[in-house]
Amino acid sequence: MTVSEITLPKFKVDSARPGASAEEHSSRAPLIDLKNLSFYYGRSQALKDISFFIREKVVTAFIGPSGCGKSTLLRCLNRMNDLIDGVRVEGEMRIHGHDINSPEVDVIELRKRVGMVFQRSNPFPKSIHENIAYALRLQGVKDRSEIDGIVENSLRGAALWDEVKDRLHTSALGLSGGQQQRLCIARAIAIKPEIILMDEPASALDPLATAKIEELVLDLKRDYTIVIVTHNMQQAARISDYTAFFYLGELIEYDTTTKIFTNPAKKQTEDYVTGRFG
Amino acid sequence: MNEKQTDAARSWESLRKGHQSRPLEWLVERGIFLVSLSAIVMIFLIFAFVGREAWPVVAGKMNSSSVQTVIPVAEMDKQSPAELRAYLGLTKAKFDSMDLETRKLMMEIKVEADKEKPVDKDAPVNTTAWHYLFRPHAWTGYEKPSYIWQPISLIHKYNLVPLIIGSLKATLVALLFSVPLALAAAIYVSQLAPAWAKEWLKPAIELLAGIPSVVLGFFALIVMATVLQNVFGYESRLNAFVAGIALGLAIIPVVFSIAEDALTSVPRSYTQAALALGSSRWQAAWKIVLPAAIPGVFAAVVLGFGRAIGETMIVLMASGNASIVSGSFFDSTRTMTATIAAELAETVTGGHHYRILFLIGALLFIVTFAANFAGDMVMHRLKRKLEGKA
Repeated sequence: MTVSEITLPKFKVDSARPGASAEEHSSRAPLIDLKNLSFYYGRSQALKDISFFIREKVVTAFIGPSGCGKSTLLRCLNRMNDLIDGVRVEGEMRIHGHDINSPEVDVIELRKRVGMVFQRSNPFPKSIHENIAYALRLQGVKDRSEIDGIVENSLRGAALWDEVKDRLHTSALGLSGGQQQRLCIARAIAIKPEIILMDEPASALDPLATAKIEELVLDLKRDYTIVIVTHNMQQAARISDYTAFFYLGELIEYDTTTKIFTNPAKKQTEDYVTGRFG
Repeated sequence: MNEKQTDAARSWESLRKGHQSRPLEWLVERGIFLVSLSAIVMIFLIFAFVGREAWPVVAGKMNSSSVQTVIPVAEMDKQSPAELRAYLGLTKAKFDSMDLETRKLMMEIKVEADKEKPVDKDAPVNTTAWHYLFRPHAWTGYEKPSYIWQPISLIHKYNLVPLIIGSLKATLVALLFSVPLALAAAIYVSQLAPAWAKEWLKPAIELLAGIPSVVLGFFALIVMATVLQNVFGYESRLNAFVAGIALGLAIIPVVFSIAEDALTSVPRSYTQAALALGSSRWQAAWKIVLPAAIPGVFAAVVLGFGRAIGETMIVLMASGNASIVSGSFFDSTRTMTATIAAELAETVTGGHHYRILFLIGALLFIVTFAANFAGDMVMHRLKRKLEGKA
């Protein structure tokens, strides 16, 4: 891939940015509703009494310094934290009104509806086609032509199709880092989740690959609710509609991105977004 | 200022001599290198020794025929010393150390022995020839051509086929029994087990490797043979099946240990990705982690094969040791290793029986070496495929 092939997205951080004002999204219904959520790793408390809601079909960014609990909260949303020994969750976490922390919830079904993209791209050591087909077979899709169709659509959806259409059956590990990450996004959207969680999806990528991912996120929010954790303040400003700022396990402020970045209510938020600490 | 710079520049000279100032490290490094080199040299020496002892058979220089041309003592002078030495089957040093009388005596013994040669149509046969080692032959008393290993009968029958089949049968049973079990245990311990179970299971299974094989053989001989016979109701109590199961117990820890390492070293990110897509833990382990660990799992199986085919004590005790060619796993069987262990001590050093046993040893060596080599090639190919390089 050469530089000339890439068109850098042009985003401005200002209140005139489309889709940034709170009013425009007021019609968006709350999708994920958190009430008094606390999370413990053994004895240490990673999240303290978090309450807020995430609206559907917008991009919500979690920002905050390292160790503030933003990734922990993200992983609560698809219960990936269940895999860690000795953790405990308190409080309520509802999606469409259903408490997903309840022990009766089938986490496997939950994760099919709440997809996830990780910090480091993690395609399976299989072919590009097989990476997506595996996810589909988990869903019970068996028909070959149907699989082929969804594979193509997902790759198009992740803006990867043109780059890989001639080598669908070669190993995914032969792709570049940015391509691998977009493959992971394609894999996540192939099974049509409602929500996509992204844990610093571009932090290991170069600026051009990052731009592509950001462009993709803006594209995806038409169909999906996206929650993204990021260390990159500009990134949060560029792509998110709402931003939640966390500090030491507490939710300090949550508002539209425009508000957080131009006129935050709390001093701590202002200090962080202007780079005075963190 | 200028002086200071020269000082700094001078200090750089020590860079060149840096490595000389650590002679101890250099010495230790060389020492370790020599030790590892000695391992290779040892393997080579052992193979050279085994090969040397077996060589006369391979080269067709052995003759086990009971009927040989006899030279009358009176014609002793007509022979050149070299011919005489070959006739008496002596080494040069031994031949040179003998005086004329002793040589004469030895020739008389040959003449005497010839008078007592067996009356058998097979008596003139050189049973160490390739044909008799690997092809069936209708020996006296047998209606049709058969594969017979009877090294101490009147006619020494050295057919290796029954032993090779015996070894392969016991090894096959051992692998069929142990690989699924060891692999299942490895998947469970590395992917599914809670931390406390893992802490107990891994050392417990690996402790199996510490059981002396003679104890396993004893257990197979006394307990397992009876129990299995009662369950399956076959005729001969000791057979390839019993020996194979006991052998399987011995190689489970080997296969488990390596397969578990291979599965554990698969990046956690694969499992996480699979789970985040809505796989169950079992699906993630079976469809994602196991395929990613296939090169290591394959290596585990190859190593298990090598251990199983080379194991001696268990098969010696539990297989029944009947050298018969049979397709049934419930027939008594005799392996290559057990044959060497049981017979080598009673052979004449340098005799044909002795050399044939070394030939068996060399065969075992070659088989395990070839298996490891082929295994390594396949492993590398699989690895490259997984890494997307091929």
